Amino acid sequence: MTAELLEASPTRTLTIGKALNEGLRRAMEDDPTVVLMGEDIGRLGGVFRITDGLQKDFGEARVVDTPLAEAGIVGTAVGLAMRGYRPVVEIQFDGFVFPAYNQIVTQVAKLHARSRGTVPMPIVIRIPFGGGIGAVEHHSESPEAYFAHTPGLKVVAVSNPVDAYWGIQQAIACPDPVVFLEPKRRYWDKAPVDTAADPEPLFRARVVRGGDDVTVLAYGPMVKTALQAAEAAAEEGRSLEARRPAHPLAAGPRPGDRLGAPYRPLRRRARGAGDPRSRRGDRRPRDRGLLPLPGGPGAARRRLRRALPAVQARGGLPPRPRPGPGRHRPRDGVLR
Amino acid sequence: MTAVRNEIEAETDRAGDDPGPLPGAGAPHLPQQPDLVQLLTPEGERLEHPEYPLEVSDAELRGFYRDMVLVRRWDAEATALQRQGELGIWASLLGQEAAQLGAGRALQDGDMAFPTYREHGVAWARGVDPLHVMSLFRGVDNGGWHPRERGFALYTIVIGAQCLHATGYAMGVQRDGAESAVLAFLGDGATSQGEVNEAMVFAASFAAPVVFFCQNNQYAISVPLERQSKVPLYRRAAGFGFPGVRVDGNDVLAVLAVTRAALRAAREGQGPTFIEAFTYRMGAHTTSDDPTRYRLAHEVEEWKLRDPIARLKAYLSRSGLADAAFFDGVEAEADELAGRIRRGTVEMPDPPPTAMFDGVHAEMTPPLAAQRAAFEAYQASFEGGAA
Ligand SMILES: Cc1ncc(C[n+]2csc(CCOP(=O)(O)OP(=O)(O)O)c2C)c(N)n1
Ligand SMILES: [Mg+2]
Repeated sequence: MTAELLEASPTRTLTIGKALNEGLRRAMEDDPTVVLMGEDIGRLGGVFRITDGLQKDFGEARVVDTPLAEAGIVGTAVGLAMRGYRPVVEIQFDGFVFPAYNQIVTQVAKLHARSRGTVPMPIVIRIPFGGGIGAVEHHSESPEAYFAHTPGLKVVAVSNPVDAYWGIQQAIACPDPVVFLEPKRRYWDKAPVDTAADPEPLFRARVVRGGDDVTVLAYGPMVKTALQAAEAAAEEGRSLEARRPAHPLAAGPRPGDRLGAPYRPLRRRARGAGDPRSRRGDRRPRDRGLLPLPGGPGAARRRLRRALPAVQARGGLPPRPRPGPGRHRPRDGVLR
Repeated sequence: MTAVRNEIEAETDRAGDDPGPLPGAGAPHLPQQPDLVQLLTPEGERLEHPEYPLEVSDAELRGFYRDMVLVRRWDAEATALQRQGELGIWASLLGQEAAQLGAGRALQDGDMAFPTYREHGVAWARGVDPLHVMSLFRGVDNGGWHPRERGFALYTIVIGAQCLHATGYAMGVQRDGAESAVLAFLGDGATSQGEVNEAMVFAASFAAPVVFFCQNNQYAISVPLERQSKVPLYRRAAGFGFPGVRVDGNDVLAVLAVTRAALRAAREGQGPTFIEAFTYRMGAHTTSDDPTRYRLAHEVEEWKLRDPIARLKAYLSRSGLADAAFFDGVEAEADELAGRIRRGTVEMPDPPPTAMFDGVHAEMTPPLAAQRAAFEAYQASFEGGAA
């Protein structure tokens, strides 16, 4: 009966956590070489329950409660990958990936290139990341930049249940190692997920909300925050575009990079003094980029506060100095 | 192997009361430990060991001699090529030929070995072309052999990292239900690495079919063994819950017998073994090293008396298994090999600059493809076009 129901209605409302769980399950069903490894992921189902029930259904050889050693988890995953498996390892918390840093950076990232492509490395390293859950130190970190600056790794973050469901399957199917960041504060966010749909590509930037005045780039848990900011701005007549970049830092973005997506230039308009959205007397078309909102940084902070109750609870964002003259200009031909 | 296991357990119990040798007692001038498995004395006398009966044909014995002479000749040629500027660096295996050939020849088809950077003898045993190894030390490639096809992983320079790969690979062998085993190579210094210890924890926990083959050549660059361990290395295994055994690493027959037994046990599902091959690094750590700063000449002289090739030659001659014509033939073959290695190395082309983009990903990302295209255009902008 369940199967019939599923077939009849492939769309279900899932949390990000459940979507990951279902995505993992489907990947394991589709490919018998997928092996999950990590601390407490078997019987307990993971500290965030992302692997809940999978060991019961797939057995201890495919959902492995490992000894408590991150280098060991990732290092043995390398060996399993060499043998033809597709290991999906769970790092319990972002701050605990560093014992495995050596294996990830000197081995996982390099082996495909070092072996001229004869050693496959289809490893997924799942990391719950970011803050917002009121945890102690080491449990609310954003280590992605370390990995994004390492050639050979693909670094992605998901932000909603649909991306979580498809993204984890796409990461597992990817022949390259993927550092897969899960927004832990959003694990309980819900959305309808159509499990029969055609998924969006994982490694592609996406405009999640169109807008004309400012582009806000965000990934992972901050996509929702950016959307909330866009809402807040819309109430004031400003139009923000929210864009999720493709594996945001993987290639080391430089000025001029378009973050992996075909770049759609924002409409440039000459705005006269009569234009309610223009700054007084400013007749030049606005360039995209760091566009100060009217009212200065104070106003921006006020707006953000509305979108960030958690930040507000801690006393708001610290004041940021207004960019001084020449601060963003190249000096001696060097960007600073 | 079961008997060995019992013996090791008994040994481990003894180790419980006995705090082990004092610091310095494992120093290289005291190699004759009572618990050293030996089948061929330094004088070339064949011994029997109750736990390690060895069946080896006369042809195999001659084969070991040939292997060791050829590999030593390759090693000497590589050192010379480095001195002549044809290699960036070379890590010599001089003195460790028996440990490497004995272990390498114990492997069967379908087995997998995970080397460090010094296992040229194992590479030879696995049929890897020496020129592939030379390409790494010349800096034009990172090896170039196919690890799965050769049953020989790429060299690993990050100390100890390969022990985890070996263990994971062995966990894969287990899942496949295959009758294969995995041999992880490591040095005495590597035993201090966290990853090596994690590998032994994982291997024990999952009873993975992996054998840790530690060549205790007494030094990690300049640092002697006693800085790494206050107990003989093979005894560490007991703490992880599997047998450890010490073998005369300059005795190719003992190494073969001990490694075969350990690999067989692994294949039969008895889990890991730690082998300490007690040997000596006769040369410098690498061509960049100056061992006179940290060890005495007399130590090296003592170890010369335990040379792995000389003792096998003595045995072959004395027992009439090989004659002068055979030994001359091997010498001629060695010269020929050295010539081939020399020519091949010197003629090795440099890779094009764009090779650095090759294989970074199995599926290249658009930003990287764009970087590659930009770099190619830049290269092509020079007089004469792309390099
Ligand atoms: C993680 C790491 N640290 C340091 C080094 C530099 N290094 C290269 S070889 C070596 C000594 C290794 O000694 P041992 O394990 O005994 O092997 P051996 O060289 O004697 O064969 C060191 C410190 C390295 N390659 N990797
Ligand atoms: Mg050493």
